[in-house]
Parts: sequence; structure tokens; C-alpha cells
Amino acid sequence: MKTLLDHNQLNITLQRLAHQLVENHLNFSNTVIIGIQPRGIWLSDRIASLLRDITGKEDIDYGKLDITFYRDDVHQGDIHVPKNTEIEFSIEGRHVVLIDDVLHTGRTIRSAMDALIDFGRPSSVELMVLIDRRFSRELPIQPDYIGHTVDTIITQKVKVYWAEKDKKDEVVLID
Amino acid sequence: MSLSVKHLLGIKELQPQDIHTIFRTADNFKKVLQRQIKKVPTLRDTTVANVFFENSTRTRISFELAEKRLSADVVNFSASGSSVSKGETLVDTVNNILAMKVDMVVMRHSASGAPWFLANHIDASIINAGDGINEHPTQALLDAFSMREKLGDLKGRKIAIIGDIMHSRVALSNIFCLKKLGAEVVVAGPPTLIPKHIQDLGVKVEYDVKKALAWCEVANVLRIQLERQNKPLFSTLREYAMFYGINKDMLQSLKKEIVIMHPGPINRGVEISSDVADGKQSIILDQVENGVAIRMAVIYLLSGKRDLVE
Repeated sequence: MKTLLDHNQLNITLQRLAHQLVENHLNFSNTVIIGIQPRGIWLSDRIASLLRDITGKEDIDYGKLDITFYRDDVHQGDIHVPKNTEIEFSIEGRHVVLIDDVLHTGRTIRSAMDALIDFGRPSSVELMVLIDRRFSRELPIQPDYIGHTVDTIITQKVKVYWAEKDKKDEVVLID
Repeated sequence: MSLSVKHLLGIKELQPQDIHTIFRTADNFKKVLQRQIKKVPTLRDTTVANVFFENSTRTRISFELAEKRLSADVVNFSASGSSVSKGETLVDTVNNILAMKVDMVVMRHSASGAPWFLANHIDASIINAGDGINEHPTQALLDAFSMREKLGDLKGRKIAIIGDIMHSRVALSNIFCLKKLGAEVVVAGPPTLIPKHIQDLGVKVEYDVKKALAWCEVANVLRIQLERQNKPLFSTLREYAMFYGINKDMLQSLKKEIVIMHPGPINRGVEISSDVADGKQSIILDQVENGVAIRMAVIYLLSGKRDLVE
């Protein structure tokens, strides 16, 4: 087991990601952020709160998207029970930033984009991930905002711990 | 594993956890149904046959819409106009449909127990859409789901089921479902329409409908099933309406506002008056709306239990 990001590094990385978003989207008047259920939500909650601190804007549109019904492996394993989708605003014509914790094969993001399009036609979609496991992609999907890049093999696992649920902020690579 | 069962034959076989899983999934499908695009691609690899040996409007349309909104392929079969009239047996009929690569069967049949019989003879998952006077599980699930929307958790809540308890599969499935969710249940109606020993299911019996209404938070009013009554069990419909029908005056005499439900089809002016059925306490059309979400949830959750053919 190897620590990829410890508490301090993780929080500095989150600050950087949030500032990069502000750099590109300024006051978020036409940008919405959407976390992907279940694990992307911990990251998107943090980013949303940092964005509010940085911009001073309390009403940034922030939603949560569950992709269960859009998976490409519905009948290849156990049936998944969905988590909540909460998108209480229109995404039509707006810039969407999708947020997930770990980007691996890219299949989740493919599903997320399909799910997203059923809510309307966004002006653009960007992707933010905390950890990019490059070289393990099975679809042509690349992130726009990356917290940390790692080279991994398929048998390894990346685990992200969040203080809110795990009592610590840390990202580790498990062999 | 998502549900503890391969088929949805009756509520009797479900664990309370199964019911909660179905509700959580239906919550999400309900949100899908409120969107502009009311459809998800989830079951585009699945074919469902709706096999109806008995008449139906709501249930059949509701199942068909649920299947289509899950992107499943749908075939419909009704006994009238089919080879059933030429003497084909139930198992043969269904096996012939399954031979055309159908994955799930939704069946309504006038014989109680027909879906259990079928489950012993075929491999596909079966959803019971009503069997005789036995069970109608998806109706009970959508009823409880609608109550939960109004009241929250049903544990300890007071539900009255009023009317033709004897011939109603909705009543039996409702009793099983509500008891598993921890609700208190009273059945009310004329003694001839309440089966003996029904107390063994953990429900109380009340012959005075007004008392049942005064006690309950939700009244689920059932249709008088004249087509299943082969001997007179009350003198006239008018007399039934006078003593057991729910009308506006009765509701106004209560010191509280209760929720009124009915699984349909309604005999207006018999078990329920029009001003009650269409009144603001009635959630009859919400039940119909929720039916699609519940059936989507059941079909989705059962669709996983198939023997993978590689």
C-alpha cells in the first residue's frame, strides 16, 4: 500500500482544482457542477464548498447524478440499486462540469454523459477527477481537471478516504 | 443481490428489506418519469411478455409503459382471440412465447395460484399482475408507496382497508405488504365480505365503516367484485352504498383529514361517492402515476436474475 496524497497534499490539490475551475468559469453564472454517485459526491461536495468560499457566491448550481440506469453492464453482474439523482435546475445551454473521484476505464463517464444528455443539451461538458489512472482507459475519454495522475495496473486499486465518512483525508494505492 | 426472490409472485414471499429496496428504486424511476425524456436505456437487452388471461386497463397499460420506459421490448398477449380458446394449456402457451426469446413474463390469470404453478415449469422470471382472489403484488407495492409519500415511514401508521375483502386480491396483498412495513391494519365491510380467520394475518376486523374511518389515517377503499360473487352476499348495491359506501358527509363528520385511496376501477356511487373519489383527500390518480414507477422498479430489480447463457 502506498500513499498517493496525504491530508495536506489532498487539501492543497482540492484548492488548486477549485481555483482552476474559477479561472475558467469566473462567477459560475452559466456553469453548473454535477457530482457522480456514489463516490464522486464526496469530492463534489468539497469542490462546491470551496467554490462558494472563493467566489463568495452561495447559489452556484450543484447537482448529483446517478448513472445506474445507464450502465453498459446492467446484466453482467448483480443488479445495482440506484442512489439519488438531484438535478433541480436546467442544464440546457449551460456549461457542465462533471466530477468523479477516480477515472479508470472511462465507462462511468460514458454512462454519465448519456444520463446527462437526457436532462437537456448542455453547451459544453468538462470532466474533473481527483485521480487519473492513465493507461487503463477502455474508452476515448480524457479529464479536463486532474488532481493527481498515477500509472497503475488493473489489479491495483485506488482508494480515496474522506474525513466526512472515513475520519481521514487520504488517497492510497493498494496492490 | 438486490431482491431475495427470482419472481414477484406475491408479497407473502418478500422480505421487508425487498420492499424497501423496491421503494428506493421506484423513487429514482419516479424522478425519471417527471423529466422531459421519461425513458432510460437500462433494459434494452430485455424482452418482456405481458400475458393477460383476464381483463385489465390500468395494470396492463401501466406495465407496458413501465417496460417501454425501461427500453425493454414488449409483446402483449390476451387470452381472447388467442389459441387458448383452441384448448392450449397455460404452460404450452407461455413456453411458446418464451421460445421466441422472451426474458420475463408478466401474467394476470383468473385462477388463484397460476403464477406459482407457472414458476415451477418455466425458467423466466414471472411477475404476478393479479391471480384470482389471491394476490396483486404490484398494486400493494404502489399503494404502500403512495401512502409512504403522504405519511413517511409506515411503521405504526393506521390503515383501513374497506369493502370486498373476500374477493379482493388487492386486499390480501395490501395486508401482507402493510404488515411487513409495520403498519396497523383494520379491514372493514359487511360480515359476508370478510373472510373468517382473517385476524390470523394480524389485522383487526371492524364491521362499522364509520368506526374504521374514525380510527384510520388512510382508507384504501376496494371495489365490490360482483363478477367473482357467485351467490348474493348483500341484498342490493344501493343498500351496500347506504351502509358501507364512503361519502362526503362521512368524511366531514370526522375530526381529521384522512387520505382516500382506491385501486380502481371505481364503482362510482357504490363503494365510494364521486365527490370523495374526486375530492382533495383522494390520491387515486397519484396511485396510478406511482404504479408505473413501482413496476419499473420491480422489472428492473428482477431483470438481473437470469441464468447467463455464454
